[in-house]
Amino acid sequence: MCEFCASRDTIRRMGDTASIPVPASVAPAAAATPRHSALVRVTHWITTLCFFALLVTGVEIVISHPRFYWGETGNILTPTLFKIPIPSSRALVPTGYGYVMPDQNGWSRYLHFQAAWLLVLTGLLYVIHIFFSGHLRKKLLPSKGDLSWRALATAIVKPLRFQRPTAAEAWSYNVLQRLTYLFVILVLFPLVILTGLAMSPAFVSAFPLTVNLLGGQQSARTLHFFVSVALVLFLLVHVLMVLLAGFWSRVRAMITGRAGADMERT
Amino acid sequence: MSDISRRKLITTGVAAAAGVTGVGVAARLAQKYGLVPPDHGGIYGIGETLTYASQRLLTTHSLAREFSQSQISKPPFANEMEPPTDAFKRLQAGGFVDWRLSIDGMVDRPSTFSLAQLKSYPSRGQITMIQCEEGWSYIAEWIGVPLSHVLGLVGVHPQAKYVAYFSFQPDWWDSMDMADALHPQTFLTYGMNGGELPVGNGGPLRMRVPRQLGYKNVKFITHLTVTDSLKSFGKGLGSASPEGGYAWYAGI
Repeated sequence: MCEFCASRDTIRRMGDTASIPVPASVAPAAAATPRHSALVRVTHWITTLCFFALLVTGVEIVISHPRFYWGETGNILTPTLFKIPIPSSRALVPTGYGYVMPDQNGWSRYLHFQAAWLLVLTGLLYVIHIFFSGHLRKKLLPSKGDLSWRALATAIVKPLRFQRPTAAEAWSYNVLQRLTYLFVILVLFPLVILTGLAMSPAFVSAFPLTVNLLGGQQSARTLHFFVSVALVLFLLVHVLMVLLAGFWSRVRAMITGRAGADMERT
Repeated sequence: MSDISRRKLITTGVAAAAGVTGVGVAARLAQKYGLVPPDHGGIYGIGETLTYASQRLLTTHSLAREFSQSQISKPPFANEMEPPTDAFKRLQAGGFVDWRLSIDGMVDRPSTFSLAQLKSYPSRGQITMIQCEEGWSYIAEWIGVPLSHVLGLVGVHPQAKYVAYFSFQPDWWDSMDMADALHPQTFLTYGMNGGELPVGNGGPLRMRVPRQLGYKNVKFITHLTVTDSLKSFGKGLGSASPEGGYAWYAGI
């Protein structure tokens, strides 16, 4: 265990036994404030649900044409940027497999847009909330002191050593978490929405700049795919971190708002 | 019950009631202004209605992007199609001189047009993209007569809301609202890239709706019906697409 954690633990133990006053930022009264506010908890799980619906249906749609292009147009007669080496649900698409996958495009498209609407509205509510409630400033924006290489290095190295966060750390996000969440909320999600809209022939008729800026309709489709991959990578790391930190305790905190035993404050 | 929780309960109740009323009023208004698609029922109806309503409000008069001659896809692409029937082959052998387009429904003068008649009307060209819901796309120059011109000839009743269009292919039909039917880029297309419209691309006559996906651009058009309700057509979902699991509105 590193010196930093040891000292933090010592402070906590001292707090337990000797009732030394602990700064409020480290350990406020546990009962009153939930780990996550109700709005954050509800929007988190709606987002989770929508994300899985979008992921599954997105994969189904890609299966009908697992070829990606750059520029305005692309079809089986034009060169690809890259192909995904899977069989397709369309016989016309040359994949090298003698097998045509079942076609699931119809309901996939319906569900993809339904989930997208719910996600956009939920995301809008969340973003308005974090901007006006102080959540953004208090919990997501890194403080000036945090933006140092040392703080970043600590944040990176600790999970790599499989060290569980201390109780105090479990109540806030370190600089790496803050930067990642900000990137996902303010960059990746807006980008995945923009690249999705840039594929819509009706939407771009009213707002042609959305697709022209991205270099064309097929470029938008390719970028939509890449941003989705980035979001999936975030999801994998996010779940891995939750597993490392204590799965049930963190999941319970996100469902009920109450912290798990290992996160309890004194 | 403490004051705070009672206040919370009342606030939540009022907010919920306002929300339910708001949704009800919105649904009524949407229905009144033609913002509800015919396939609005079922579990995906909410998403479809939101997409259609918001795009109708945003894109009523917007034009699909047009491209330059140099951007026309080479080689030209044609998607797979079902093998033509014997009746189609006979028409094709005759150079489609016997091909007819009939228009009926809510019009003053139900009429039938030959290809030669359609070609005698002011001809328009547009270089636009056709994109499939699957992901592929191509750009071509489409030549034809604007549907609005032909609808003007037959005299559409003011209460008309949709134009249903039918293919020579059995059971293949679709429909669009008047915003798309009267849109200047919606063509009855008979030419492509300077020549005749190839059969593989829907020749001799294809409905071209460039603000919607490929499958709304039905090939081999033979018949149009102008109507104020799609309930009596097929299963009442607006086209053959929702019956096969695909959305009626394909502006996406």
